[in-house]
Amino acid sequence: MDTAASYNDKVVRQFSIMVVVWGIVGMLVGVLIAAQLIWPALNFDLPFLTYSRLRPLHTNAVIFAFGGSALFATSYYVVQRTCHVRLAFDKLAAFTFWGWQLIIVLAAITLPLGITQSKEYAELEWPIDLLIAAVWVAYAIVFFATIAKRRIKHIYVANWFYGAFIITVAVLHIFNNLAVPVTLTKSYIIYTGVVDAMMQWWYGHNAVGFFLTAGFLGMMYYFVPKQAGRPVYSYRLSVVHFWSLIAVYMWAGPHHLHYTSLPDWAQTLGMVFSIILLAPSWGGMINGIMTLSGAWHKLRSDPVLKFMIVALSFYGMSTFEGPMMSIKTVNALSHYTNWTIGHVHSGALGWVAMMTIGSIYSLLPRLYNREGMYSTKLIDVHFWTSTIGVVLYAVSMWIAGVTEGLMWRAVNSDGTLTYSFVESLKAVEPYHYFRLLGGLLFFSGMLIMAYNVWKTVSEKKPEPVAVLDPA
Amino acid sequence: MRHDTIEKSLNLMMVLIVVAISIGGLVEIVPLMMSSDATEPDEGIEVYSPLRLAGRDVYVREGCYNCHSQMIRPFRSETERYGPFTTAGETVYDRPFQFGSKRTGPDLARVGGRYSDEWHRLHLMDPRALVPESNMPSYSWLAEREVDGELVTAKLEVLQLLGDPYTDEQIAAAAGEVAGRTELDAIVAYLQGLGTNRRNRR
Repeated sequence: MDTAASYNDKVVRQFSIMVVVWGIVGMLVGVLIAAQLIWPALNFDLPFLTYSRLRPLHTNAVIFAFGGSALFATSYYVVQRTCHVRLAFDKLAAFTFWGWQLIIVLAAITLPLGITQSKEYAELEWPIDLLIAAVWVAYAIVFFATIAKRRIKHIYVANWFYGAFIITVAVLHIFNNLAVPVTLTKSYIIYTGVVDAMMQWWYGHNAVGFFLTAGFLGMMYYFVPKQAGRPVYSYRLSVVHFWSLIAVYMWAGPHHLHYTSLPDWAQTLGMVFSIILLAPSWGGMINGIMTLSGAWHKLRSDPVLKFMIVALSFYGMSTFEGPMMSIKTVNALSHYTNWTIGHVHSGALGWVAMMTIGSIYSLLPRLYNREGMYSTKLIDVHFWTSTIGVVLYAVSMWIAGVTEGLMWRAVNSDGTLTYSFVESLKAVEPYHYFRLLGGLLFFSGMLIMAYNVWKTVSEKKPEPVAVLDPA
Repeated sequence: MRHDTIEKSLNLMMVLIVVAISIGGLVEIVPLMMSSDATEPDEGIEVYSPLRLAGRDVYVREGCYNCHSQMIRPFRSETERYGPFTTAGETVYDRPFQFGSKRTGPDLARVGGRYSDEWHRLHLMDPRALVPESNMPSYSWLAEREVDGELVTAKLEVLQLLGDPYTDEQIAAAAGEVAGRTELDAIVAYLQGLGTNRRNRR
């Protein structure tokens, strides 16, 4: 078949397989560091296996390697199908794949070596940051050039979200990482103290808001209607919640700095906008869940749809919890505790990973010309393993967090502190075990997925798919 | 304008996205950069000495922020436990800031002078020798590594370029000041200076 008449699914297949690979790697590191918190001997006194160096590797691997590959894979797939054209610039698309994988490998080498900027989710040093910028620009060119040559007038809603995610992540990445190099492996950031903190959390919160939310909403807007066989519930709602979501998210960063030395006006702005953010977030959740109207019975037989609906439920839950935690009074209790860790994981595992897993299960058979995944039964097993895993994880961290928060602030009637710090550490230890168990369950679900994916893709050679004419 | 118009024009949509995402950051960050509250040092706050700077970079390299905050909040329970709350003017030479966002261990913003140097050395080598319940890893390799004088000099030059008030004399003397010191010496020096500009009085 003439290549211009077929979709570029090669790059989609490559990224899709790496989603599973990096998911396993990132979550394995997560399981290890969860175990290190219980048994510090597991640090083995080796610099590169030490908790404080591995934790950034875990967060980067899960967000950028696992989540990032999922975003690349699905955005490249969705933009071609919804614009009815082949992806623009084959070679540039291939560059984004190999470039992104190189970045991940470099991260996996440099972070354990202690080469880090020590800014959360922006740990990578300047040479890798430059490479990220180059790959990201290439990604933007491929994505937007594909939209530019679309064969239908309207740009589909999923592409608004993917587009906003690509533009915003470029802006965030560049401004948060402005640094002057000392050597190849060490640089100093141009901002100091409170300004650096504000810049970092403007970046950090919107890494969540755009990388882990807007991008994944793009995924949701294609794969949920597709899997349910129903149109998106409300067009009007998608317009309203898209623009409000992207505008409001950018203000919410300072809620990571409540009661710090960041000026009060900035903290207040951050809190107010975080609370407002509940509305556009729930707009997305409602639009996703209500898309199943008239197709609810499919949940009985389709575990892929179950992944998606549970993902949307966790999204709704986390985006309620987030605004609540950004209220200063609540934050005074929750900040610095395991509650934050629980919140992050109900978002990252419950929403991001579950939506990714559902979309990949939906996508892979199409990419490899098969009717469905090798085993629907195994998808169901995976679904229950991960769901129980997330719930165990989140609940144990909520209890641990509230326990810590209350113990830190407890005072005796004479005004002295009731507990020493280490007593609070001792008190939450049982929850560390439950968290490890939850993490292990979620991780083993990924292994089940890997087996299922292997059985699905190894049997048949993929064939090119012809570009569909617009209806 | 009908939304239809935006949906049919990629350029218009991209421009509007850029506008929508720019406002929040501009309103929150630019005034902060202009504000002297956020950028002027408190009384008694000076640039890090070469040895303490080397120690701070060890702290950054090892990722101590993953478990330790350096930000005492203005609550009685916090000032009681850690000392006076942290001010913006105390952090103006911090590149990057190390406020942290999780306390698996205690806050360190005013840990300076709280324990002896020897306590810190032992604790970094083998935390459970001093605090049996602790789950902190051992950082035993710090004792074996020497601080690189040339690298410290290069760092000070970059910091001077960025506007931190290091004098040329300080930079010239830097390599000599750190000669023969280990990374353990450096990080202990860094920790022992943290927050000592304000005494831990109530």
